[in-house]
Amino acid sequence: MPEPPPQGPPPGSAGPPQGPPGPFQGPPHGPTGPAQGSPHDPNAAIAPTGGPAFDLASSEAQTLEHGPGQEPAGPGPEVRVGSLWSDAWRDLRRNPVFIISALLILFLIVISIWPSLIASGSPYKADLAKAQGGAEPGHPFGYDVQGRDLYTRVVYGARASIVVGVCATAGAALLGSLLGGLAGFFGGWGDAVLSRIADIFFGIPIVLGGLVFLSVITSGSVWPVVGFIVLLGWPQISRIARGSVVTVKQNDYVQAARALGAGSGRLLLRHIAPNAIAPVIVVATIALGTYIALEATLSYLGVGLKPPTVSWGIDISAASTHIRNAPHMLLWPAGALSLTVLAFIMLGDAVRDALDPKLR
Amino acid sequence: MREVRCAKWVVCALAVAVAAAGCGGGGDSGGGGGGGDGSGTVRSSWGDPQNPLEPANTNEVQGGKVLDMVFRGLKRYDPKTGKAQDMLAQKIETKDSQNYTVTIKKGWTFQNGEKVTAKSFVDAWNYGALLDNKQKNAYFFEYIEGYDAVHPTSGKATAKTLSGLQVKNDSTFTVRLTQKFSTWPETLGYAAFAPLPRAFFDHHDAWVSKPIGNGPYMVGSYKKGSSMKLKKWEKYSGPDKAQNGGVELRVYTDVGTAYTDLQAGNLDLADDIPAAQLKNVKQDLGDRYINQPAGIIQTLTFPMYDKRWNKEGMEKVRRGLSMAIDRKQITERIFEKTRTPATDWTSPVLGDDGGYQAGLCGEACSYDPPQAKKLIQEGGGLPGGKMTITYNADTGSHKDWVDAVCNSINNALDKENACVGTSIGTFADYRNKITDRQMKGPFRAGWQMDYPLIQNFLQPMFYTNASSNDGEYSSKKFDDLVDQANAESDTGKAIADFRRAEKVLADDMPGIPLWYQNGSAGYSDRLSDVRLNAFSVPVYNQIKVN
Amino acid sequence: MGRYVIRRLLQMIPVFIGSTFLIFFMVFALGDPVAALFGDRAPDPATAAQIRKDLFLDEPLWKQYLHYMSLTFRGDFGTAFNGQQVTELMADAWPITVRLTLVAIAFEILIGITLGVLSGLRRGRAVDTTVLVLTLVVISIPTFVSGYVLQYLCGVKWNTVSPTVSPEAPLNELLLPGVVVGLVSLAYVTRLTRTSVAENVRADYVRTALAKGLPRRRIITRHLLRNSLIPVVTFIGTDIGGLMGGALVTERIFNIHGVGYQLYQGVLRQNSPTVVGFVTILVIVFLVANLIVDLLYAVLDPRIRYA
Repeated sequence: MPEPPPQGPPPGSAGPPQGPPGPFQGPPHGPTGPAQGSPHDPNAAIAPTGGPAFDLASSEAQTLEHGPGQEPAGPGPEVRVGSLWSDAWRDLRRNPVFIISALLILFLIVISIWPSLIASGSPYKADLAKAQGGAEPGHPFGYDVQGRDLYTRVVYGARASIVVGVCATAGAALLGSLLGGLAGFFGGWGDAVLSRIADIFFGIPIVLGGLVFLSVITSGSVWPVVGFIVLLGWPQISRIARGSVVTVKQNDYVQAARALGAGSGRLLLRHIAPNAIAPVIVVATIALGTYIALEATLSYLGVGLKPPTVSWGIDISAASTHIRNAPHMLLWPAGALSLTVLAFIMLGDAVRDALDPKLR
Repeated sequence: MREVRCAKWVVCALAVAVAAAGCGGGGDSGGGGGGGDGSGTVRSSWGDPQNPLEPANTNEVQGGKVLDMVFRGLKRYDPKTGKAQDMLAQKIETKDSQNYTVTIKKGWTFQNGEKVTAKSFVDAWNYGALLDNKQKNAYFFEYIEGYDAVHPTSGKATAKTLSGLQVKNDSTFTVRLTQKFSTWPETLGYAAFAPLPRAFFDHHDAWVSKPIGNGPYMVGSYKKGSSMKLKKWEKYSGPDKAQNGGVELRVYTDVGTAYTDLQAGNLDLADDIPAAQLKNVKQDLGDRYINQPAGIIQTLTFPMYDKRWNKEGMEKVRRGLSMAIDRKQITERIFEKTRTPATDWTSPVLGDDGGYQAGLCGEACSYDPPQAKKLIQEGGGLPGGKMTITYNADTGSHKDWVDAVCNSINNALDKENACVGTSIGTFADYRNKITDRQMKGPFRAGWQMDYPLIQNFLQPMFYTNASSNDGEYSSKKFDDLVDQANAESDTGKAIADFRRAEKVLADDMPGIPLWYQNGSAGYSDRLSDVRLNAFSVPVYNQIKVN
Repeated sequence: MGRYVIRRLLQMIPVFIGSTFLIFFMVFALGDPVAALFGDRAPDPATAAQIRKDLFLDEPLWKQYLHYMSLTFRGDFGTAFNGQQVTELMADAWPITVRLTLVAIAFEILIGITLGVLSGLRRGRAVDTTVLVLTLVVISIPTFVSGYVLQYLCGVKWNTVSPTVSPEAPLNELLLPGVVVGLVSLAYVTRLTRTSVAENVRADYVRTALAKGLPRRRIITRHLLRNSLIPVVTFIGTDIGGLMGGALVTERIFNIHGVGYQLYQGVLRQNSPTVVGFVTILVIVFLVANLIVDLLYAVLDPRIRYA
């Protein structure tokens, strides 16, 4: 019974039972023709029947992640009694986007733990004579401003950067969505107090907060930095989560479940959370990247990670002033950062799709 | 068909928006007015002065720039040689190096028409010394008798004026010092000793918002935080009249931005080239780039109050560390030769007869990694096998060179991370940690001279309990030699004593001399005759605008 | 509705007191600002003590705070260390920053929502992938690099705009810095719009609208976009303060004497009147922005009601 009423067309039918052809009938795919015609696109076969309307109403299951063999995946919901969450997990395992991003993240985790697997040198060995030098045999990425091998530093920098990015994002997302979700769901005084506290936190300038919190702790480890970013990051995610919950809670299926006597916990977990989580995931995956970059800003202010820690942030901020003479110094650590963000954005997309019952 | 149009519309809107937003603003370039007739205006970079522009309250370069244009004192340091030369002073006489009689030239006036008299000086100095006025350069008057009464170290001032200053007549006053100080007249070129008009005392707020002085320029308009326009003062009676129509000082929040504006032709003179552009500056500006010595030395000071750095044998470690630093390579690769490796504790701007002596530090300042490693091991190694070099992160880009110094030491010791740089967020916090004696390892120190005397490089930094002796170094031998030098009336002998004192530093190594800092500046092709003085401030009055 | 707004406005009072005290405490925690006034030289103790006394720095924290607040209520926001009134600084800095923020938000909304709708409607196709790549580029290149590169290219190489902003900061000079400020937020807005649109494209009301034969553009703007905007609006609400107070790097690059710059100076010099004054106004901006966002929820989704 708790299954939310299906909102979209019957699951599994990626076909064209949508809006009548008619006013929409036109040349198939005017502007996006070439892309549509690609042989890998499951849409190609369907398009003529659907006409232009496909773009608006029929694009379910037409995304890259749902390849041609995907439609029959899993039995229909009528046979399934499992929760949305377990359905999601089942979907996820079969999603190529999820698999690619998981492999990428696994790779990043492995080199974070054992950087020496793929980099034999030392990230500290400096030869100032080679400062800012370009690539040469054995040193594919060139050298940084101190004459250290950039490739080794990028590999060794993964650990600190990924720990900061992932832990800070996880912390801020969990704390923020928990508080924001509760505030949005219950409203009233709790909401008011929490929102106003968030407002105050918004107002604290990063420079001031960083100098105050981080100059007290001089350990140089990553955890104070993670803690600080969580402290400053949760209000934003909490606002997003709150807004999302406020919208979702108005939906008919929530009212229906409530009418049927579902408790608050059940409502929140089984009905609201899966439907409200998409914006949180989007913001969190991008925030992962900006948090790694924020670590660079903190290092630049002299209160972030300190040597001998190696991180992409430290290297990016060191490279930024030399952008005109040695752009390669920026390119590689920033590239590594992009790759990480890409992996998590893909992961977030896949999770979001899996949680969306309309896609099944 | 509808959607085709729609898509096109979206694409067009996007393109237009990006183009308009990205690169579509109104073009605005081209210089200010003026021509070769000496009426053109120099547009120069500036930083927001940290204090109100009172002469005895300005202790940094940006405010100093303005004072240098608006005021003339008894002496002026020659822009070329740095020697103190008479400006308003007719003569300064003494028989015993302790009692001085100052006679000033006639005919000088302030820009509001007031005459510059002996009283203008005495009033100004009394104002600067008095504790109630909270002037940051008050210590410049500490050698004058009666300073203790107007500026006690604690409690309230018991007198309003310095008892050592006496006005004899309109053009003469006498000064009595608390001790013999043979080179005292040469300190008088510093801005804190400038004369002040009555308007300063009578209408103080108005004066501060638009200072009135007696120099070649007068303040036209001053908008705090953004710009100051100075124009040539036509009635200026000194010999160094302005060769241009005026100077517009523009506040830049970042030296990099000033450099970009110089490249774009929106600025004529940037007197600080950002470190990141040093590599390109020759290519960008050609021969419109100045790089010349200034009276600034950078050192690493050891916390001598910390037992671990001051026990028996540590002098070997300190000297070893000095020898482990490859100064030449760092000044070339990190600073692009805008620093010169230091071989003594003074500055080349003093000149050989002023006390500078290249190579005085000897082998203790020359790069020799094997010997460095040996010395450090003999001395018992680094305390705990590790050391940090502390710097502040908010001003000046210190990170690159501190890391390079550490890497040089690590390479010499053949140990990873034996030395690491640690940063402190703000300069204030950094200074507080230094004055509270909380440093656990060497820290960076930059010394900019107040006046071009060897005494000014040695005494404040290394004399026991001196004002800037942040490492609490104390050596009887050094103190005695400095005392002896100060009492000497013959300059040559005094300098010989100072040099012997420096030899003591070379043995003890309480602070490692790193490099002499140059002044660097770039200017547009509208200007000629641009140069920097020994304080790395542009000599504005000589600049010609074409 | 009216009562709701009044209640929200009343909530500002405790927030105002709380935030001023918090910020005051934080600046206090930074330590003693006086030593730094003397440069690389050890301060003369008598002068330093005199300055501390004048600034009330020798009193305990709570007395300092009460003193500051009592002055504030008399309209005296104190002075910055260069002797300028904080109110004067604010009068100079806020208009500039507001203009800069408006440019940035307009840029985010126009470009971000357009790109988001495009990629949301065409999930997984070339447009979507291109937008994703652009997003990644924007996220991983720090503002100081993108700002400097754009300034160099547009201002020096091609000489189409003035590379720096004059003290008056007219709107046309703020276009380029505004774009730079808004770049990272653009990534958020684009991704949020894309996700919402992609989700709502399958909603019943879109199908109904299609079935009714409504024109495509009307469906997108009236039905799809309106219902997809709530997360985007929420995000922009949270971002306003970040844009205003956090534009420090961009302000430095383009020599804009705005709020970010003044705040940074205030923090570095540990000048509590400057910092507290500016941050208090920032917090008020947040309160108002979030109130507007909450009211917009009701406009965008009529099912949401405020008692």
